[in-house]
Amino acid sequence: MEYTLLILLLPFLSFLLLGITGMRMKPAVAGAIGTIVLGAVTLLSYLTAFLYFGGGRNEEGVYPALTPYNMEWLPFNGNLHIDLGILLDPISILMLVVISTVSLMVHIYSFGYMKGEKGFQRYYAFLSLFTFSMLGLVVATNIFQMYIFWELVGVSSYLLIGFYYTKPEAIAASKKAFIVTRFADLGFLIGILIYGYYTGTFSFQPGMEVIAGADGPTAAMTLLPASALRVLPVALGLMFVGGAGKSAMFPLHIWLPDAMEGPTPVSALIHAATMVVAGVYLVARMFPLFIGYAPEVLHWVAYIGAFTALYAAIVACVQSDIKRVLAFSTISQIGFMMVGLGVCTSMLPHEGGLGYMAGMFHLFTHAMFKALLFLGAGAIIHAVHSNEMSTMGGLRKYMPITHITFLIACLAISGIPPFSGFFSKDEILTAAFEFSPFIGWTMSFIAALTAFYMFRLYYCIFWGKENKELHTAHTPHEAPLSMTFPLMFLAAVTCVAGFIPFGEFVSSNGEAYVIHLNTQVAVTSVCIAIVSILIATCMYMRRKQTFADKLAHTFKTLHTAAYHRFYMDEIWLFVTKKIIFRCISTPIAWWDRHVIDQFFNFIAWGTDATADEIRNMQNGSIQSYCIWFLSGAVILTIMLLLI
Amino acid sequence: MVPMEYYLVVSTIMMFVGMYGFFTRRNLLAMLISVELILNSVDINFVVFNRYLFPEQLEGFFFAMFAIGVSAAETAVAIAIIINIYRNIRNIQVKNLNEMKN
Repeated sequence: MEYTLLILLLPFLSFLLLGITGMRMKPAVAGAIGTIVLGAVTLLSYLTAFLYFGGGRNEEGVYPALTPYNMEWLPFNGNLHIDLGILLDPISILMLVVISTVSLMVHIYSFGYMKGEKGFQRYYAFLSLFTFSMLGLVVATNIFQMYIFWELVGVSSYLLIGFYYTKPEAIAASKKAFIVTRFADLGFLIGILIYGYYTGTFSFQPGMEVIAGADGPTAAMTLLPASALRVLPVALGLMFVGGAGKSAMFPLHIWLPDAMEGPTPVSALIHAATMVVAGVYLVARMFPLFIGYAPEVLHWVAYIGAFTALYAAIVACVQSDIKRVLAFSTISQIGFMMVGLGVCTSMLPHEGGLGYMAGMFHLFTHAMFKALLFLGAGAIIHAVHSNEMSTMGGLRKYMPITHITFLIACLAISGIPPFSGFFSKDEILTAAFEFSPFIGWTMSFIAALTAFYMFRLYYCIFWGKENKELHTAHTPHEAPLSMTFPLMFLAAVTCVAGFIPFGEFVSSNGEAYVIHLNTQVAVTSVCIAIVSILIATCMYMRRKQTFADKLAHTFKTLHTAAYHRFYMDEIWLFVTKKIIFRCISTPIAWWDRHVIDQFFNFIAWGTDATADEIRNMQNGSIQSYCIWFLSGAVILTIMLLLI
Repeated sequence: MVPMEYYLVVSTIMMFVGMYGFFTRRNLLAMLISVELILNSVDINFVVFNRYLFPEQLEGFFFAMFAIGVSAAETAVAIAIIINIYRNIRNIQVKNLNEMKN
């Protein structure tokens, strides 16, 4: 399968081509190049998936992990070295398919959405760069290669959020995204270094062959030194901090809502479907280590995920900017995935390992329907030229295709069968109930909130009170085919994805797992979702939203706080500006300016003054040189005479 | 016969007069004259030492002749330079020769 290297190289070459010569091309040509290359990458990914899963299981009943390409890049000592390579296993194949599909859809969609924008070629170059980095991240053979691509992903995200570089908000948002994720990546890097130092390798699974075969982690534990076992939970926890930064877990989520300043297709690709799930992917990648050495850290992942999901769902209920609602919904859904992974207690899918499969399944289905939601939102924004809900309302008769596809995505995210979200969310809920009923009921409540805020969004956009003056001045119109085709494609995927026998392909220890619905959980969650949708219908479908206004008025404090995202940005600003800047940075800056700088200034001044004094000796007059020469000769003579 | 020391005293005085003139004079011609004085004092030394210490040999005389020839050529070049300087800046004071400084 050496051709898999092409999956990485093609987007990179397309980035170089478009980045260097793009400005001399016609925009349409540049876009076509990017899209065709991506189409090739998508086909190759599908081919890889087909061949890999077609290749069958090995005698242990799992799909073997393949490394079709591996190169030792930086050797440190005998066994510690950084490799660059390609690792194919069920989750990396899953991610390849997700990334290339969504990326291709976004490439096609951008033809319509970005038409006539300044820097169209640059936009496609950055999209190629992002796709390259993200694909490199998922096929990384070791944690350090993953880190390299992790940072590349961060850079391309920064570049794309700041695409409208003349807009101050976009610049601020791109900086915020970059700095917050970099701050989290510091934890990731320290985690990697600790991990590499103590286990003596950067590979994902030191001595894991033994775990997979033997009955539990004890067999492998003897392979690692005792010091490594002590610090591994710390290292894994720090790595999760990095993952939490990228995946916008509370309290590092603050960059994601602002990142919506970027072009909407970018939000769909990076900030909904692919990059933000990198943290989930990281946890899934390190899953055997978490289970084997640090189950308590894994459960913390679940608690953080659950809290984030709850927080984001509450905030999403009151936002008025449609992209922000979707952003918080993304944060909430990533929380779901984290919970799925975090509630696992063993590697066996039938006994406590169900959450792994559920989390990855939700990652897959969520990528599709969330990309669909964002692209639908993009079509709406394209039609009314605003993100605010107040400019919308009653759009269903103007934009039928967007309306239907958006409705499908809303039903999917709310967990209504037979759409894909139902199946994956249900597995997560089942896993959560198995772990602890408390987490299970919390997640069910969040699922109810999800259904509520998604249908609030849906009704406010497509039903409700129409903004007549805006719509008569500028009639909204359905988007062109280049934009509606991705919507229809993703909607079709959303309809059928739930019936994929996902457990066949991905499960915690690689053995086949047949998904069976837990009737009790399924019925409960569907009932809850339907009730929430009915409540949303009553509150927001009609022209007047008296009940919603009354509720907002009654719980005024809660409503305002949630609208301001519980003041998390302000708290961060307070922490950074008032505490970190004032108590740490200011004294350091003082020391730097007054001690270190002054020391060097003194050296410079001393040299300058000395030079000033002795420069008169070099006055260019031969006669004075001669006098110096003579006096030297006289002194030497006298010395010789005296000695 | 005049003792050798008399010649040497004259040549020493000429040497130091020349040096003094070279160090103190700010006029190019005066400096040239001082250099000539130093050279001539050395010539006297050559001749005197040859005459008194090695009367049967002639190297000192020849060296003196050679030095006189060289100094004549050197003077011609120096005067040519000084004339050119005079043409350019209408005087030959050393302190005015700072065109190429800084």
